[in-house]
Parts: sequence; C-alpha cells; structure tokens
Amino acid sequence: MLNLETDVLIIGGGMAAGWAAIAAAQSGADVVLVDKGYVGTSGVTATGGPGHWWVPPDPKLRQEAVQRRMATAFGLAEPDWMARIIETTWDNLPTLAGYYDFQKTDDGKPHYNGLRGPEYMRALRHKALDAGVRIFDQFPALELLLHEDGAVAGAQGVQRLSGTPWRARAGGVIMATGGCAFRSGLLGSHTNTGDGYLMAAEAGAELSGMEFSNAYSISPLWCSTRTALFTYARYFDAAGHELDIASFAGAGDFLGDMAKALQAGPVYCLLNEVPEDVRRQFPQIQPATPVPFLRKGVDLYNDKFQVTLFAEGTIRGTGGLCVTGANCQTTVPGLFAAGDAATRELIAGATSGGGAQNSAWALSSGLWSGAGAAALARRAGRRVNEPVRPSGGIALRPSGTAKPFDTRGLAKAVQNETLPFDKNLFRTGAGSSASLARLDALWWDSRAHLHAEGLSAVHARETAAMIATARWTHAATLARPESRGMHRRTDAPQTIAAHARRLRIGGLDEIWTAPEVAALEEVFA
Amino acid sequence: MIELVLESLCTGCGECVSVCPTHVFDAGADGVPVIARAEDCQTCFMCELYCQADALYVGPDHDQKRPVDAQEIINSGLLGQYRRDSGWHEWAAYPEYASQFWRMSQVMNGGREITAARKLRLKET
Repeated sequence: MLNLETDVLIIGGGMAAGWAAIAAAQSGADVVLVDKGYVGTSGVTATGGPGHWWVPPDPKLRQEAVQRRMATAFGLAEPDWMARIIETTWDNLPTLAGYYDFQKTDDGKPHYNGLRGPEYMRALRHKALDAGVRIFDQFPALELLLHEDGAVAGAQGVQRLSGTPWRARAGGVIMATGGCAFRSGLLGSHTNTGDGYLMAAEAGAELSGMEFSNAYSISPLWCSTRTALFTYARYFDAAGHELDIASFAGAGDFLGDMAKALQAGPVYCLLNEVPEDVRRQFPQIQPATPVPFLRKGVDLYNDKFQVTLFAEGTIRGTGGLCVTGANCQTTVPGLFAAGDAATRELIAGATSGGGAQNSAWALSSGLWSGAGAAALARRAGRRVNEPVRPSGGIALRPSGTAKPFDTRGLAKAVQNETLPFDKNLFRTGAGSSASLARLDALWWDSRAHLHAEGLSAVHARETAAMIATARWTHAATLARPESRGMHRRTDAPQTIAAHARRLRIGGLDEIWTAPEVAALEEVFA
Repeated sequence: MIELVLESLCTGCGECVSVCPTHVFDAGADGVPVIARAEDCQTCFMCELYCQADALYVGPDHDQKRPVDAQEIINSGLLGQYRRDSGWHEWAAYPEYASQFWRMSQVMNGGREITAARKLRLKET
C-alpha cells in the first residue's frame, strides 16, 4: 500500500483536472493528482481540439453573448455563471503561453481560444508539474474515504502498472473524472465511464440534469473522429439519393434528421466540397483526422463513406454532479466537482454546451474548485489523524454472496439501454420505465453478487458506474414529462413552463428525483 | 485498434506503457511492450504520437482487429505520419509541420457557408 498525504487531491486527468491542479498549487497548496490513465492522453480533450467561449472584455459584447446563449438554455442556465466563465476563461487561457505555442493568425495576433488537444494537455501537464503538483498516472481511484462527520477525507485505488493499492488523505478532494459516454466508441471516451458520479454518489453527493445525457456525434461507421469537416458534408442513402439533413453545427435539427435517416437505412457521407486550400492545410490543422481514413483506404475527400452517430452521453450532454456554490462545492463537504463531472446546466441549460462553452466551463470550474479546495485545506487542515471509512459499495463490498460475472456482457446490457436512438434520443415514458426496470435488475444483481479485487476491480467499478449513470438518465427522463432542449420525449413534445427548473437526482439502491426549489424565470421565446 | 508493436523498430523505452490512457500495454520481459488488452484500445492514436521510434501501428477500425503484415506496414510510409504531421519531437524543427490549428474556425465557418449555399441551390431546383 502506498500512502499519500496532501492538502488537495484531484481525481481525474483531463482539462478540468489540469486547471484545478494548477490553481490549487498556485494558491500554495500541496497537490496530488491521480488519474486512471495518463495526464496528456486521458479524456476527450486530449483527442480533440477545444475552442473556448471567447468574448473580449467589452460589457456590451459580453452581455450580448450571454443573452444569445440564454435563449437556447431553455430556462435552466444562470446568466451570472455564464458571465463568470467568459471572464475567467479570457483572463486565464493566455497564461498557458510558454507551455502552449499559441500560433499567430494571418493578421499577426496570437490565437488563444482554440487549442489542439494533445498539445493542450501536454501544456497543462508541464505547467502543473512546474507548479509543484505531484502527478500519479495510471492510478485509478476506486472509492472515496469519509470522515465520521461525513466530509470527504481522500480516496483509494490501485496502481494499474504494478497492481499495488494506494490511499490518499487530503483536506479537499476534487472530482474531475469527466462525463459518461457508456463506452459508445466515441473518440477519447473509453475512460469516461461515470466513475466520479458513482464515487461521489456513494459519499452522498447529488447530481443534476441527468436527463440531458443524450448528445451524439457524427463519424465514420468504423471509427469515431473529430467532426469539423462534417460542416461540409453531403449525405446519401444506399440508392445514392442525396438526403435533406439539416446542416451540422448550424440551425436546424441535424441530430434528429440524421438519427431518423440512420433508422431508415445506411447513410453515406461525401466531403467533396471541402476546398483545395483546406485539404492542403488540414494535416497541420488536425493531424489525427486523416489518419484512420488513409489506413482504411478511404479517400477522405472523394470517396463516399458510411457514417453513424456515436453517443456522447453526459460528455456533450449537460448533466453531472450538482454544484452548490461559487467554488463548485458539491452537496458533500470536502468534495468539489469540475469539468464534465459537474453539471453544466448553469452555463448551458438544456442545450449542449458543445465545445466552446464546455471548455470554458472545464477551465473555469477547474480553477475555482482548485482554489476552493486549497482554501478549505488551509482552513480545516488535512485531518490525517482522524479515523476514516471507505464509502464504496457495488463491486467492492457485495451485499450478498459473490458470484462470477461477465462484466463485458454487463456493460453491453447497459449500452442496450443507453445507445439506441429509440431509447435515448427519442424518449418515451413507457420506454424509459422499461429501461429503468431492466437496469434496476442489473444493479441489484451486481450490488449483491459482483465482487472484484485489484486490477479487475477497476473494470468492475467502471461497469457499475455505467449502470448507475444509466439508471439516473432514465429516472430523470421519467421525472421530466416534457421536451426541453436535447431532452426529447416523443410522448410529451411540448416544453412546459412549470418544468422550467433544474432536476436534482441522487441515490444508488433507491433513486430519488426532486426539482430544485427556486423556479427560474422562463427567458426563451 | 492497436495492431502491432514493431520489434525491429522498438527501443524498449516503455513510453507507450506509461502513456496509453486505457492500459493496453504491459511491459515485456525483453523490454518490448506486449499488447495485453487490445479490446480496451480506443483507437485514439495517442501511443503513436508519443512513440519517437514510430514502432506502433493502430488500425483504423475502432472495434475490431484486422491483422496486418508488419513488413507491409513498415514499407507503407504510414508509420509516424501522425507524429510528423503534429510537429512533435524532431519534427518541431520543420516549419512545414507547425500547427495551423488556429484555422479551425475558418474551416468550420467555410463549411457552414458552403452547406448553406448548397441547400439554397437544392431548394431552388
């Protein structure tokens, strides 16, 4: 057993975790970061290229940006929080200079708001290390540790490369484990199995907005890629007829059109309208994208290729751990949430925050939680001499007799309830009730009999986290008997003013839902 | 999905074992890493980006292995392409591989305009 003591413990290794580590270290705290994978390659930023919500400090421009986005938040976002992330992002992103090579645009100005993923994560890693952060890669956390008063005291897990267990005690803990895409194959999301939701919920944390968990993104059938070039796409059915599908990243219902076309039969994409100069520059714009095409023997710009939609779950959805204050405290003392592990309803409401807003959120919530956890550790200390108890249940401490499980089969059963368009994109009360019943059965069987230790506990807990996340998704769908933003109930297509409030959800063995107490003003037309 | 660790090129540095976000590789007894959990590979190509020996080959299909011939892959010129085009390591010295990522918003805006114009055209005809 490796024992670690620190002021601030960060669980996760993506963009939010990186910013959180930097902020905590810069405020003078001793910081330990543990990641299931490697800080630099883990998570969906590493394989992507996040733009950031980027509005100059002109009060009128910023107010307009917030108002524009409030109009598609369907009453669930907070203008003050939007303004905060715009300001925090503008003020802090350029501080990566020296670690990230901000290129100059054609007019000679440095371009700050869009960063290429692998280089962005490499920069965050090096800046964090230089700030004194101790990074432990390949250190998956399995569960949180709790004080007798219920406050989070640390975490424990296993070192993946050696199999040795580790335990970390800290004055403040930040959950930055990302969202959950249910292992859909979405690029970069294999590690995003909702681990942080499960660990936090076991410690008593509440979630919010789990009905907004049904984003999907377009890609070749055989490999999830980045999507920028699909802005040029033409689509065809198997007979070669061009399909009328709303334009990607524009107004209109691209996702609904594409899902219906895919339900009707195979869909093929053609990118032959990408101009010559873009084709020439693209390997240096996004070098990862052409790679799988070349290897598949598909001419990216001249061949038709079959496409599908990969589920993004809560990654491009907006649900996650509920935050209760300016420093992204969760509902559990000592525990903070950042990035996709936290709800993004405050800044995006019922519509996906897409790349730009979600990135601004990951940066900002990272910085805030880092500062908040450091302040808590300063105030309350590390409390390392107090007794603690582990809070993990499912797969670690079965309530019944252990029996062998096919965890990959279990994951497949969860995917059957979370990936299909007719269950998750186009939702109904009857459908979600049936899904929830099947998921409940999986939960109870696993809760009683699934038991894993050492390295196999990592996979078992990931699977358990997917079951838990899927149950919250369908339970929240049932608790919102209307359509709002990405949440589409085909049996309740209207948006109902009385439901214009965020929906809290929590519980593991028994799931509960409750509207947030204060109703929000209906701001959209 | 990960297909090959090319033993003839691998220097045994162990970087791929350390950086793979999904724990696909185990360190091998002779220093050459072993593909121990191919089914956990997420086809993110990150291992290739970090492999300065260009000794790894990830196939294009995310959910299945399609065995390939090592010598054919070495001859194909595909090895190290992603790392080179990213301007990493020794390629940082070559200005032609410098990142042009700042053009991304131009690319996407261009796509939106071209698609909007095409839709208008289709509507009129």
